[in-house]
Amino acid sequence: MHGAGTENYLNAETSLRSWLLTTDHKRIALLYFASITFFFFVGGLAAGLIRLQLITPYGGLVGADTYNRLFTMHGIIMVWFFLIPSIPTTLGNFMVPMMIGARDLAFPRLNLTSWYLYIAGGLITLSALLLGGVDTGWTFYEPLSTAYANGYVVLAVLGIFIAGFSSVLTGLNFIVTIHKLRAPGLIWYRLPVFIWSTYATSLILVLATPVLAMTLLMLAAERLLHVGIFDPALGGDPLLFQHMFWFYSHPAVYIMILPSMGVISEIVPCFSRKNLFGYKFVVWCSIAIAAIGFLVWGHHMFVSGQSLYASLVFSFLSYAVAVPSAIKVFNWIATMHKGWIRFDAPMLYAFGFIGLFTVGGLTGLFLAALAVDVHVTDTYFVVAHFHYIMVGGAVMGYFGGLHYWWPKITGRLYPEYWARFTAILTFFGFNLTFFPQFILGTLGMPRRYQVYPPEFQIWHVLSSAGASILAVGYALPIFYLGWSIVRGKRAPADPWRATGLEWLTRSPPPPHNFAAAPEVLRGPYCYDEEGNALPQAAHG
Amino acid sequence: MRGLPFWPARAGPYAGQWDGLFIGLLIVAFLTAGLVVFLLILYAARYRHDSKADRSNRTKKSWRFEVSWTVASLFIFVLLGLWGAHLFVKLYQPPKDALQIFVVGKQWMWKAQHPGGQREINELHVPAGRDVRLVMASQDVIHSFFIPALRIKQDVVPGRYETLWFRADRPGRYHLFCAEYCGTDHARMGGWVTVMTPRDFGRWLTDQGGQPSLALQGAALFRRYGCSGCHGPGGAVRAPPLEGVFGGPVPLSDGSVVIADERYIRDSILTPKAQVAAGYQPIMPSFAGQIGEDDLAKLVAYIESLGPEKPKG
Amino acid sequence: MAEQAPTFQYATRAQQDDASALGMWTFLATEVLFFGALLAGYSAYRITHPAEFAEAARHTRIVLGAANTAILLTSSAFMAMAVEMTGAGRRRAAAFCLAITAALGIGFMLIKGWEYSLEYGEQLVPGLDFDVDRYGGIAELFFLFYFFATGVHALHLTIGIAMVGGLAIRSASADPPKAISVRMIGLYWHFVDVVWIFLFPLIYLVGRNA
Repeated sequence: MHGAGTENYLNAETSLRSWLLTTDHKRIALLYFASITFFFFVGGLAAGLIRLQLITPYGGLVGADTYNRLFTMHGIIMVWFFLIPSIPTTLGNFMVPMMIGARDLAFPRLNLTSWYLYIAGGLITLSALLLGGVDTGWTFYEPLSTAYANGYVVLAVLGIFIAGFSSVLTGLNFIVTIHKLRAPGLIWYRLPVFIWSTYATSLILVLATPVLAMTLLMLAAERLLHVGIFDPALGGDPLLFQHMFWFYSHPAVYIMILPSMGVISEIVPCFSRKNLFGYKFVVWCSIAIAAIGFLVWGHHMFVSGQSLYASLVFSFLSYAVAVPSAIKVFNWIATMHKGWIRFDAPMLYAFGFIGLFTVGGLTGLFLAALAVDVHVTDTYFVVAHFHYIMVGGAVMGYFGGLHYWWPKITGRLYPEYWARFTAILTFFGFNLTFFPQFILGTLGMPRRYQVYPPEFQIWHVLSSAGASILAVGYALPIFYLGWSIVRGKRAPADPWRATGLEWLTRSPPPPHNFAAAPEVLRGPYCYDEEGNALPQAAHG
Repeated sequence: MRGLPFWPARAGPYAGQWDGLFIGLLIVAFLTAGLVVFLLILYAARYRHDSKADRSNRTKKSWRFEVSWTVASLFIFVLLGLWGAHLFVKLYQPPKDALQIFVVGKQWMWKAQHPGGQREINELHVPAGRDVRLVMASQDVIHSFFIPALRIKQDVVPGRYETLWFRADRPGRYHLFCAEYCGTDHARMGGWVTVMTPRDFGRWLTDQGGQPSLALQGAALFRRYGCSGCHGPGGAVRAPPLEGVFGGPVPLSDGSVVIADERYIRDSILTPKAQVAAGYQPIMPSFAGQIGEDDLAKLVAYIESLGPEKPKG
Repeated sequence: MAEQAPTFQYATRAQQDDASALGMWTFLATEVLFFGALLAGYSAYRITHPAEFAEAARHTRIVLGAANTAILLTSSAFMAMAVEMTGAGRRRAAAFCLAITAALGIGFMLIKGWEYSLEYGEQLVPGLDFDVDRYGGIAELFFLFYFFATGVHALHLTIGIAMVGGLAIRSASADPPKAISVRMIGLYWHFVDVVWIFLFPLIYLVGRNA
């Protein structure tokens, strides 16, 4: 099939060695794609067992210790081994060089190193979870995690620590690449929003991850040496642990959601055939979210015993960080006004994202209102809220981007009707799973309970029913996307008639992306009045 | 309502104020989400790619829109934030003459001690129509004392006292939960808060049997642990007398002044060298690890009973 | 020196060098937050237990700490000279300066190791032989931070010594390192030095103002 003229990054070399030792950002993206998909289903399996257990109020499926290990495993795997790497390491790794007209990332070998670190960290943590598990919750709160918890806490923490290096090196690579490898004519205000979002995300990766690393090191030291850094019995302060933990883990939420917002900002103009409304506002909102996101960690601690004045300040800042998110939503909607809207699967995922992210954001306003937080914190209200942001938001964006760029990545078109069906199914499954949890939380159902008062059962049953639909929605793409690799129609270079540089090269792209660096003529998302695309650079 | 619970039970006046705020937020949320969904559906229908809708005169200048929705969001957010903060601050202003109950959390139970010496586990009986103040400690890990019907929750961090106050006005039985994950049986660490009419509550207190009051038990411990040897009248060593100390200001040797509340009394027993009263030598030994939280509560209750404002009970 | 060709993703060698330098600066930003978290924790406890921390700090050896400060500052001066010499193409001088830098780093480590062994003898090492009855629990916390901070610093310095030593050998060989490599490792070395400049007063001097 492949003549000399159609050499691409997939068929240039085919040995296993050529994959495991590759420095091509596109191949590394696929290595990550395979690994995070694996971890997504491991974490999803734990979630499925949790939902099964909660169908009855009296437990029965697994015992308390097993249940505690399950939700700990679900949290650790999903946060550190799926959500944080998800978009940056797959779509970001693949698309950042393509969208800025570069031939690779700034440091290709470092990029491969990141993947190996991620795999090493993942395997270490996974072994800890399988050997006997960890029952601390993903938050590792002191002194439970050091003086009281059983299990392989240190091993799990070590894996997360190593995966943290992977995060830092990935972020570093993106920052340098975006600064130094942009094609001629691609000034900052011509960068696609996905690049800006990845840049903002990378800043957080580089500046927040080391704090988590140090915090986990101290935790491990306390557990191994039995010296109190955070344990009050030995003179330490458990609240200091919470401050340091959330100093990373709150910005980590923006690591998850910012790239997804970037993906939506690509999809909405393309499928509305219209320029993104308020480009500069959207761009600076990403940076503002990253910056203010560093200053709101204390809103996780309103009932922890921190001072009243700290709580008041953190509450105000939490409202401040909600403003740029709201601005983005309005800009996406304004983009659709007077457009030529198409309803391909990526756009359906984008609709889903906007709806679910709006609900997640609005319930964030509830949690930032101090008195309301007192009642609903540590209940299912919080669980529902952050799943609306991280699963409804981040994962919807991830699937949207995956479908959007699938033809570019694989050179094949996915089956459109299956994809649309899956997008709609996922949306309904998601809402059925998590909306009842808002009601549960308002009623006072605490999180991390393996048994619960029987009057809450109806909502748990609905939630579990939704989870089974959601599971189908997440499993389906494996089949039809897998099928498309073998049988799908061959994709042209620019199947969506989009404007970005990544659509200038063949699908799938040649090993070094571009024969020569494209000369960029204009900003992203330029469409004329009839919705015809004006590409960022001339086809080379 | 039994079949499909939507709203948590309401056991006190604060829960009513909280519900007001929550409904306010719900209205804002539904209006905003409604607007977003309405516009999405409207634009999706009117501007689908094969529709003939008019697309001329597109909005080019965006900054007016940007500024208006930025200001509008900020304005609404600040109002909501102030409302939430206003209610929150009340939780930090306990009334003066509240009934004081000591609560100790441990894996996996809540233990309560009433001023009259009555003790209960995973149950808390309180009178309706009366302010109640809980002084809470944890013996091991962080727990969180949560009564949904009163809309209040407070983490209990080991190593320090936390306080929480409420007033319940509707007799009944309400859930008590531990809301901070605390290990294996976290889900079973809870029970019931029983709100009773004052008459029933009085009867309940008597039914618990005649044990000495918490302060009296504390007085006995005060002698047993040897505290009275120094702090008592005619003590061999010069130590500050504790009569009338509670609730008032205490000048410290480093020049600062603290209010002698429960947390200060507890800290002075466990880490006496941290805050030494002015004019005294730091010679008191630490009792950390020697006195459990139950006994500490009794000692604090005793010292409190020596204060000018005796807690009522 | 002839301009070397850049790797395929760069247009010019200068662009590649810029990227390398920015990469190092970004890495150092990460490091600042890594040590920053540690120092924030230390400072929080110093504020809550000022007297105990001051008392514990008097058990550190200020002479050895001061000597090490002088050694590290001197090494940084030699490192800066090595960068200049490499840029000017004076390979032998650069090799000499790099060798001195690495040697001073080793000197620092030897003194630090001696200091650790003395502290072990005085039962000051938490987790190994700390005498809580003699020094108190808060002093143990202080010494935990002391060993943690100086230990992580020493680990960084060890990596630095290995890299600078490697540069010294290569500078003297037929295949000298690129100027940008020396500049980047120089940045790293100065950073490790700066960390010590913060650690020294925080740990050694805090208890000695009375």
